[in-house]
Amino acid sequence: MTDLSANQSLAILESDPLGYIHSIETCGTVDGPGIRYVAFLQGCPLRCLYCHNPDSWQYGTGQTMRASALVGDILKYRSFIRNGGVTFSGGEPLSQVPFVTNVFSRLKLRGIHTAVDTSGIIPVSTCQSALEVTDLVILDIKAIDSDLCKTVSGGDNRRALQLLDWCEAEEKPVWIRHVVVPGFTDRVEDLEALATYLKPFRCIQKVQLLPFHQMAIHKWEHLNVPYTLEHVNPPTPEQMRQANAMLRDVGLNVE
Amino acid sequence: MERNLSLAGPKVDRSNVAYEGFTPGKWMERIDVRDFIQQNYTPYEGDGSFLQEGTDRTQKLWSKVLTLMEAERQAGGVLDIDEKTISTITSHAAGYIDKDLETIVGLQTDAPLKRAIMPNGGARMVYDQLQAYDRPICDELREVYKHRKTHNDGVFDVYTDEMKAARRSGVITGLPDAYGRGRIIGDYRRPAVYGVDYLLACKRHAHRQAPSDAMTEDVIRVREEIAEQIRSLEELKEMAASYGCDIGHPATDTKEAIQWLYFGYLAAVKEQNGAAMSLGRVSTFLDIYAQRDLQSGRYSEDEIQEMIDHFVMKLRLVRFLRTPAYDALFSGDPTWVTECIGGMGLDGRTLVTQMSYRLLHTLENLGPAPEPNMTVLWSPRLPTAFKEYCARLSAETCSIQYENDELMRVKFGDDYGIACCVSAMKIGKQMQFFGARANLAKALLYAINGGRDEKSGVQVGPRFEPVQTEYLEYDDVLERFDWIMDWLSKLYVDTLNVIHYMHDKYCYERIEMALHDEEVERILATGIAGLSVVADSLSAIRYAKVKCIRNEDGLVVDYEIEGDYPQFGNHDDSVDQIARDLVACFMGKLKRHAAYRNGRHTLSVLTITSNVVYGQKTGPTPDGRKQGEPFAPGANPMHGRDQKGCIASMASVASLPYDFAQDGISYTFSIVPEALGQGDAERYENLTGLLDGYFESGGHHINVNVLNKDLLLDAMDHPENYPQLTIRVSGYAVNFIKLTREQQVDVINRTFHRVL
Repeated sequence: MTDLSANQSLAILESDPLGYIHSIETCGTVDGPGIRYVAFLQGCPLRCLYCHNPDSWQYGTGQTMRASALVGDILKYRSFIRNGGVTFSGGEPLSQVPFVTNVFSRLKLRGIHTAVDTSGIIPVSTCQSALEVTDLVILDIKAIDSDLCKTVSGGDNRRALQLLDWCEAEEKPVWIRHVVVPGFTDRVEDLEALATYLKPFRCIQKVQLLPFHQMAIHKWEHLNVPYTLEHVNPPTPEQMRQANAMLRDVGLNVE
Repeated sequence: MERNLSLAGPKVDRSNVAYEGFTPGKWMERIDVRDFIQQNYTPYEGDGSFLQEGTDRTQKLWSKVLTLMEAERQAGGVLDIDEKTISTITSHAAGYIDKDLETIVGLQTDAPLKRAIMPNGGARMVYDQLQAYDRPICDELREVYKHRKTHNDGVFDVYTDEMKAARRSGVITGLPDAYGRGRIIGDYRRPAVYGVDYLLACKRHAHRQAPSDAMTEDVIRVREEIAEQIRSLEELKEMAASYGCDIGHPATDTKEAIQWLYFGYLAAVKEQNGAAMSLGRVSTFLDIYAQRDLQSGRYSEDEIQEMIDHFVMKLRLVRFLRTPAYDALFSGDPTWVTECIGGMGLDGRTLVTQMSYRLLHTLENLGPAPEPNMTVLWSPRLPTAFKEYCARLSAETCSIQYENDELMRVKFGDDYGIACCVSAMKIGKQMQFFGARANLAKALLYAINGGRDEKSGVQVGPRFEPVQTEYLEYDDVLERFDWIMDWLSKLYVDTLNVIHYMHDKYCYERIEMALHDEEVERILATGIAGLSVVADSLSAIRYAKVKCIRNEDGLVVDYEIEGDYPQFGNHDDSVDQIARDLVACFMGKLKRHAAYRNGRHTLSVLTITSNVVYGQKTGPTPDGRKQGEPFAPGANPMHGRDQKGCIASMASVASLPYDFAQDGISYTFSIVPEALGQGDAERYENLTGLLDGYFESGGHHINVNVLNKDLLLDAMDHPENYPQLTIRVSGYAVNFIKLTREQQVDVINRTFHRVL
């Protein structure tokens, strides 16, 4: 796991930045290994068509909390997260670099495992300080094809792929996530392209294909934001099995 | 027997062949089962790979039992009743399921699932029971109870008007004043280690020694009780003889050990229709015999598992005759045959043995079931393989509850059992006066309404000035609530004193007490319901604005809440502290009132399924809970108010002070499989992590359910497809299909922790 120098440790304790938090789930079991305290941060520059947390898009809202206060809350659950850790999800957690860096640094001082669940849309040059105190990067690759990526998320995938390169160079463990949306990201050639692209990366520990679902539709309605996927059916178990097999065939560890 | 110094007591026959291969110790000087276990048991750190599947005989026998149970369900819940015979240890001839197949024998009556009548608790209750099931009340029975007074008669001779009013309004409910109090665990291992003849010799010795220089009421009572115990042990021998067993001598092998032990338990459930008739802590004890027989080649693993499977079948067949009103309170026909498994010894060795696995393995060989109430005593130091086995079985069967051995060992040593759901007791050394529970939520409403009942308007509590303001003020309500708790705690303890005096007098548990030391510690086990309702109500009054809605009579009958307030179950100290203080405060008040027979007061936060009935009897509360809405079960946060995920909810409950609630703090946890992680291995590991975390945070008890809501909904409509679907509710497990419809809905509405 990531370690801090003495100077870094001192610097962290001198500042106590404010974070914008959408919500907290104290028993996360899907966003990283083991049982995890998951803080969903507020604000995201992307507008994924299938976003299941559209209420976390807007910046500057949500509950505000100092880094020290969040860490204080996390430490109340130490005995539960001993074999897991803490995950920042969102929203786009790397939109709040000073906050993430500070919280994670404080957690590293206590030997707690840290993970971010990111789209990779924030340039590495901007968020490197946070990545340095992150033990696991959960990277959501929307699509390997840049145009398709823009269609489904509103942003291109250049920075996400740069982040993956950086993780490879730094030997930072990565879990790849990819949402299978019928009619968008489920074409054989796109999945093949994804498999081929990911294959050489040694930093990738695991790939998780997530089936698109309609469970967030009420959130879109509640926010009065037009939702375009209401007629899309979730992929069938058979479709998911085939998609998983395609990635497994190139030697990736598919869950 | 050779002559002894008069006060030393009878000697154990050390040369008895039954003890060959056992390590001697203090247990050979006098009755000391714990020492027998410590000297002789073999801790087991391995996994369950040695376990054997059910034998052909087991499968045949179990299919017969299943057929009987289905017939019972189709008959409306009761298959048959022997309405003519007053049940005692020896009242019924030997009964069998299928004599040729059974390795362990003995039934409560002469046929399986035929229920007995036990009117000494209350004859009227028995008449109600018989009427409820369209059975005649025979003349002889009426004649006997014209002349024979019962526990229930005695209690109502003494009850004050105030006690009756409190009972009627439901501010104190579920009192064992018309049914057996239960919750006494005989040390059923004693007949196996020592043989009943030695136990009789000890009791006769005790009777001779019982102080007799001043014949005070206490001395007279003790002498009479020991005489009753002696009689019950003689009858125990007689009952065993009717099954062809001479249990005068110690058990010589595994089969006899299980059988002797079971006869002891059977004698208790033949005579006492107690609310909870727990088994104690027998598995590690029995393993000592199994290890010896495996080593000598007397029995194979197959045969030993078969005996355990058959023993557990017998425990699953225990039945009592109860009324529909009782069923509404404690739903699902529970008997609380609670068995404690695992835990750690005082010397640091684990008390997990192969028999711990064998007993749990019956859930696989025979399928899931609510009884026996399998209770794993959890410690972070339990062997990893055992923890994983438990987690897997929990996820597959929802039939296990867990309790914190680290908390209890400090107070009860390493040979305690659990009575009912969460009540720890040193086996054979402590007994309990079960006290049901006080409804703290209703008490809060009395505080606001000057002692009047919010539903009937009747003055139940002491008359004082009700709240006059439109909005509730925290300090004002708190002061009034303090007065009401003063009144309630006294009335409650006094009421329990009446009940237990009469139970001792008219419905004494002679065989259970015969399997105790003569000098026992008595625990007066009180309880509270509605903890999270009251904590949230006080939090609402303090942190939001709560407006009173009064009827034309000036009674506050509803509340309007303006603003948000912190709610119990989110690990937020501003409200969790209120909950903790409530427990400590009420316990402190109870202790100020003397308990019958110098009982030591304890308190539980446990409702079983009665949270539904308590809710029905309680008007709207200042937390926003509507009229009639169920309370949360046990110490659970109110439904849907735990917003930060299940760990925050667990942590709030774990913060409640066990020191002030030593009768147990019950938490029921239901989670969908997907929320525990992806894949079975990860789920079991995470469940283990949750249990470690909960108990390390100081949690006392947890029920674990891993299942989907859809499954339960389907089971409501098609019960015939789910004969063994078991779920854990507060403190015990039930067959889901045996719950009332209201309780099924309550279970389904309760927070299911799911993936975001």
